[in-house]
Amino acid sequence: MLGRTAGGLFWMFRYLERSENTARLLETGFRMALTVQDNAESEWESIVTTAGAREEFLEKYEDFDQASVTNFLLRDRDNPSSVMSCIEAARSNGRMVRTALSTEVWEAVNEAWMILKEELKRPVSVKNLAEILTTIRQHSSLVRGALHGTMLRNDIFDFCRLGTFIERADNTARILDVKYYVLLPSAAHVGSRMDNIQWETILRSVSAFRSYRWLHEGEVSPNTIADFLILDRRMPRSLAFCYSKIVGNLNYLNGPDAPELPCLRMATQTHARLSGRNIDRVIDDGLHEFLKVAISETGRLGSQIQEDFRFYG
Amino acid sequence: MTDNRFFDEMLTGAGDARVPYSEYAKWFSGEDPKVLLKKSNEAETFFRRIGITFNVYGQKEAQERLIPFDIVPRIIAAREWRLLEKGIEQRVRALNAFLADIYHRQEIIKSGRLPEHIISRNDAFLPQMVGMTPPGGVYTHIVGTDLVRTGENEFYVLEDNARTPSGVSYMLENRETMLQMFPELFTKMKVRPVSGYPAELRRSLSECAPPNFDRAKPRVAVLTPGIHNSAYFEHSFLADQMGAELVEAGDLRVVDGKVQMRTTMGYKPIDVIYRRVDDDFLDPLSFNPDSMLGVPGIMDVYRAGNITIANAPGTGIADDKALYSYMPDIVEFYTGEKAILKNVPTWRCSEPDSLQYVLDNLNELVVKEVHGSGGYGMLVGPAASKKELAEFGAKLRAKPDNYVAQPTLALSTVPIMTKKGLAPRHVDLRPYVLVAPGRVHITPGGLTRVALKEGSLVVNSSQGGGTKDTWVLGD
Repeated sequence: MLGRTAGGLFWMFRYLERSENTARLLETGFRMALTVQDNAESEWESIVTTAGAREEFLEKYEDFDQASVTNFLLRDRDNPSSVMSCIEAARSNGRMVRTALSTEVWEAVNEAWMILKEELKRPVSVKNLAEILTTIRQHSSLVRGALHGTMLRNDIFDFCRLGTFIERADNTARILDVKYYVLLPSAAHVGSRMDNIQWETILRSVSAFRSYRWLHEGEVSPNTIADFLILDRRMPRSLAFCYSKIVGNLNYLNGPDAPELPCLRMATQTHARLSGRNIDRVIDDGLHEFLKVAISETGRLGSQIQEDFRFYG
Repeated sequence: MTDNRFFDEMLTGAGDARVPYSEYAKWFSGEDPKVLLKKSNEAETFFRRIGITFNVYGQKEAQERLIPFDIVPRIIAAREWRLLEKGIEQRVRALNAFLADIYHRQEIIKSGRLPEHIISRNDAFLPQMVGMTPPGGVYTHIVGTDLVRTGENEFYVLEDNARTPSGVSYMLENRETMLQMFPELFTKMKVRPVSGYPAELRRSLSECAPPNFDRAKPRVAVLTPGIHNSAYFEHSFLADQMGAELVEAGDLRVVDGKVQMRTTMGYKPIDVIYRRVDDDFLDPLSFNPDSMLGVPGIMDVYRAGNITIANAPGTGIADDKALYSYMPDIVEFYTGEKAILKNVPTWRCSEPDSLQYVLDNLNELVVKEVHGSGGYGMLVGPAASKKELAEFGAKLRAKPDNYVAQPTLALSTVPIMTKKGLAPRHVDLRPYVLVAPGRVHITPGGLTRVALKEGSLVVNSSQGGGTKDTWVLGD
């Protein structure tokens, strides 16, 4: 496969994953704003921070109000992480690598782009926000479904999956990092209404509210949440899950006989560290530091993949 | 509803269907026009969803546009097609023989049949190609001969398109669309399939590969300028259908005397490049030193016989408009036969007598730029205003060498589906021709372009033209 094609597939799926995460963040923020009356503004602010778009936001707006944040995250083309920017970038990459995609995958991503371009033409109001978020979620599921149902399980598939899991690991780590203070023992007024809402927010922003409740039978504690999102390999958005997938895909791409690629070595190390950990130790050693390392390692792994597989030369 | 000045391919003056259309006309009369119109709109949704679009330069708003598709097929009888086939094959063989001659001994100039200045002062003639024979001896691997019809048995060649003819993806997708929308028609009529084109393309390109490739079969790649090119859809479509690599210049590099592509596992050699870029963008070392595009050194590999480039660099000289008027001579010179297909009479404005004639009759002529394409920069005399005629006259006088003129041909019409029912519109036809060593293959069909505006003679998609599926009937 061409290095450029591998890069196109990788980024196509990174952008798709990012658009889904941005939409989910917004959904969470919206829910929070409905629940919390007094400091909704700071909730919206932390949503923008989590999306990694704080600077871009402040260049255009002064206040973190619901309307500005919603439109900034959904449809602003000046925001490279907005849903529209991501879908456009995903489709553009898809167009570049079209010969590597099944018709179904291409059509799903092209249709997502056509429909969202229409829907996001005008500012989105509270009234139709829920509907649009549903549309976004459905279309990203369609692309994923087409990928799983119609693509050969070869290197093309692996690059798609790598993009997905690198982006997802990065996103989960970022969400936790912005909200980590809520999980710290010092801030835990256990059982207070506020904390419960905050924890719920974290779980919702990674689509894990229900699965968490199911696994932990309703028991909510900061450590179990952190454990769930960082170390639990059953949870499809946890760091450990993402890294186990990344290692699997890289192992396939590396091949059994070829010398170990630097990116595979890096991923294996991170994965090993995540596997042997106890969440209490992680929190004792400093959750913020741990997440900072995870974010920068994921970033470096992305660059190493790009280099090892010659995306750009 | 037929205009007697023009030959309508479906209906005679009396309003009866011509023989090739009789079965279709019978079917059509039994259909509900409202339902057909609805199907016509469905076709558009279908094209958008699969992304068959073309990019329009200089229009930011509508960067990706659809070429409108009309659901009424253009039907060609078996007998008519046999005539076209013979004529096209003859012409394409002559073009290749001409190119081989013009880059070697130049017998045609020595014989006095072609003035030397036509070649020597022409940018389309590439000195880099002199004395060089491409692998397999083929220059124009892919040709799209533009034909127009003016009567029952009157066909003219308008252009030879020997560089990188586009539009074949429309031929294929239009047929797919028609098969989906009107399967019953294909059971009633014997329409010859066109779907074999990509496999045939791959086969004929492979047959032209340099002999020294190191795999079981040669590696073929389609070279595209990238996703912003107006024909990008077609490039990816053809690569996909042929099972070939789709590469950009940035993926390629000359390594160990071969053109190689950067894969995730290192550089891998390529044997045949079907390039959809202009000569100028092939090799910055040979052609355009200022260009950042292209593959430095690819021409050295080419000259060493280690890569096939289709079409060969320098084939543009064969379809240059300055040369067009000599085509009947060229065909006769190389085949020893009279040309089967007619050439449109052409006045070369570089010749003073012709220039005067053209200026005196501007309102009746079509004037084209010698190096232009895509319908840009041309004048359709009968459709132009006084002011436009005067302005164009001034341009002509200032740079006569830059123009040729032709009579306005009475292009045939084929009906299109409109809200008011069938309405005749002017069409042309571009069949696709593949050339392999010792073999010419013509796909039975082609791209029918149709001027959607009533009375318009300009069929180019960049000027508001649409397309139709083209049906060649079996015996």
